[in-house]
Amino acid sequence: MTPREPRGQPEQGRGLKAVYALYPDGASAQQAVNRLRALGLQDRDITVVSAQPMEDYEFGHIGKKTYMWWIACLGGLIGMATAFGLAYLAEYSWAINVGGLPIWAWWPNLIIIFELTMLGAIAATVITLVVTALIPERGRGFLYDPEVTTEGQVLVGVENPAQDRVSSFERELSAPPGARLKTL
Amino acid sequence: MATEHPHDRLAHVSDGSAALRVSPPVIAPGHTFESVTDKISGIVLTKRTPIGWFFGFAIAFAFLMLLNLTIGHLLMTGIGIWGNNVPVGWAFDIINFVWWIGIGHAGTLISAILLLFRQQWRTSINRFAEAMTLFAVACAAMFPLLHTGRPWLAAYWLFPYPNTMGLWPQFRSPLIWDVFAVSTYFTVSLLFWFTGLVPDMATLRDRAQSKAARVVFGVLSLGWRGSAKHWQRYEMAYLLLAGISTPLVLSVHSVVSFDFAISVLPGWHATIFPPYFVAGAIYSGFAMVMTLAVPLRKFYHLEDFITMRHIHNMTKVMLVTGMIVAYGYANEAFFAWYSANPYEGYMMMNRMTGPYAVFYWSLIAINAAMIQLFWFRRVRDNVALLFVLSLFVNVGMWLERFIIIVTSLHRDFLPSSWDMYAPTRWDFAMFTGTIGLFLSLFFLFIRLLPALAMFELRTIVPQAKVQAGHHG
Repeated sequence: MTPREPRGQPEQGRGLKAVYALYPDGASAQQAVNRLRALGLQDRDITVVSAQPMEDYEFGHIGKKTYMWWIACLGGLIGMATAFGLAYLAEYSWAINVGGLPIWAWWPNLIIIFELTMLGAIAATVITLVVTALIPERGRGFLYDPEVTTEGQVLVGVENPAQDRVSSFERELSAPPGARLKTL
Repeated sequence: MATEHPHDRLAHVSDGSAALRVSPPVIAPGHTFESVTDKISGIVLTKRTPIGWFFGFAIAFAFLMLLNLTIGHLLMTGIGIWGNNVPVGWAFDIINFVWWIGIGHAGTLISAILLLFRQQWRTSINRFAEAMTLFAVACAAMFPLLHTGRPWLAAYWLFPYPNTMGLWPQFRSPLIWDVFAVSTYFTVSLLFWFTGLVPDMATLRDRAQSKAARVVFGVLSLGWRGSAKHWQRYEMAYLLLAGISTPLVLSVHSVVSFDFAISVLPGWHATIFPPYFVAGAIYSGFAMVMTLAVPLRKFYHLEDFITMRHIHNMTKVMLVTGMIVAYGYANEAFFAWYSANPYEGYMMMNRMTGPYAVFYWSLIAINAAMIQLFWFRRVRDNVALLFVLSLFVNVGMWLERFIIIVTSLHRDFLPSSWDMYAPTRWDFAMFTGTIGLFLSLFFLFIRLLPALAMFELRTIVPQAKVQAGHHG
C-alpha cells in the first residue's frame, strides 16, 4: 500500500485505513504519542514504529505486557519432562547392569535433562516471539512506512481511525517539530 | 566521519595539571541512525563486490575443495588414510573437533553474557562472532561424523532399531552428553543469531534495489515492522535467549571436557578440566574474533564501529582467560607431582621431556608467556601486532589439544602398547580443508548478510538517547 500525502482538510467518511506521521527523533514522536493520548486514545490504538528499540522513551514501552517468560518456563518444563522420560524409559527398557549400581540415577542423566530443558525453553521463547509479535492481528498491524528503516524516522499513527476524528488526529500528529503527515 | 582515535584516551582535566585516562568510544562520534544503516547495509546491497573479497574467497574456496577431495578419499578408502593407530585411536579428528568447538565459544558468549552484563561494546562484534560460532560448530561437527569412516552406516549404529547389537544410546556416557550439548548449543546459537538478524533483514528489505533481494530479505524478515510491541517482545525474547544461552555456553565445553575427564587416563582424569576447558575455549574464541575483526574493519573501513575500545577489551578478555589457562597448565604439573601417582608423574615428564616436548613448550611459550605482552598498552594499541598474536593464540590452543590428546594416549599404563603418533598428509588436508570451509562461509556471510548488528548499533548513537529537556 503506497502512502500518500494528505491534501487539505480530510472529508468525512473518505475511508482512510490509517493516519500517521514520521518524526526525525524520539522526542517529537513522544510528543505525538502524548497528544494522541490527550485525545482519549488508548495505547493499544496507537501504533509506533521505529528502526531500533527506543527504550529511553516512554512510548518504547507500549505493549510491554507479555507472558513470554512463563511460556519459556513451560517450554523448559516440557523439555525437562521429555529428557526425563527418554532417559528413564531407555535405561529401564534396555537395562545395563553395572556392578549392582542403580539402573537409573539422577546424576549421570542431569546433563541430558539440563540440555533438553534449555532447548525446550528456547524453542518456546522463539515460537512465542513469532506468534505474538510477527503474525499480525486481523485488520491491524499493517501500518508501516519504509522510511522508518531507510531514513531512520519514527512513525506514530492510528490504524483504522474513526472517520469523524481523522482531522483531529492529523492536527495533533502534525504538531510536533519535524512531523511529516501521511495517510493510507 | 571520524576514524579511530587511539589517543582519545587522554582527556585533560580542567586545570590541565593531570591527565585522566578514558576509554576510546564504542562508536565514533558523529554517527546517526541513517549513517549507521547506510554504511553497514551498503556492504551487502552494493552491486560492486570488492576485488579483495573475490581474492580471499577464492583462496578459502580452494581449501574447501581440498576438504571435498579429502572427504571423497576418506569415504572411498576409510579412516586408514589418517594417522590414527593403537594406542592413539583419537587424534586429529578429536583435536580438531575440540579446537573448533572452542572457537565456537566466543560468539554466544559475546552475545549472551555481555548482553546480560550490559556491555555496549558487544554491539559491533556480536553478529559476526555469532556467525563464526555457527561456522566453527559446523566444522567441528564434521569430525565425529567422518571419523565413523562410513557415515551412512552410522545411522544404523546410532539408532537402536533393530536392536540386534543390544545397543541403546547410553545416556551415562560423556560421548552422548557431548552429542546433546553440542547439538543444543548449535540450535540455540542458530536461533539466537537468526533472531538477532530479523530486524536487520527488514532494513535490507526496505533498502534493496532489486526485486529478488527484496523478496529474499522480505521472507527472512518474517514480516518485521518494528512496532513498539515488536520491539518489546523482541527485547524480552532476546533477553530470555541470552539468559538461557549463558549456562549453555559454560556447559558445552564443560561437557566436551568430560569426554576426557570421565576416563581414567593420566592427563585426562582431572577435576580442573571443565573450567580449564571453558577458559581455553573463550580464549581461543576471542582470538579468532580478533583474527576476523582486524581485517574486516580494515578492508571494509569499519574503524568507526569496531573501534579501539573493542580491540582493547578483546585483548583484555584474552589476557584474563589466557592466564586462567596458564594456571591450568601449572595446576596439571603441580598435581602430577603432589598426587605422587607414578603414572601422572610420568605423563607430565613425558610432556615436558618426551618426543612431543617441543609442542608442549611451544604452547607454554604462546599461552603462558606470549600473552603477557597483552599487559602493555603499547601492544594493545598495535592492531597489526594483535592480529599476529591472535594467530599465535589460535596455534597455541590447537597445540594444547594436541598435547592433551596425543601425549596421554601414546604412552599410557602399559609400556607394551606404547607407540608414536604422526599425522598423515590427509590429516593435514582435512584440517586445512575445514579452515577453508569456515572461511568460505564467513566470506559469504559478510557479502550476503549484515556483518554488524545495525539496529543494535543504532541504539548507541546519540539520536536514540533522550535529550535534556525532552522527557515526554
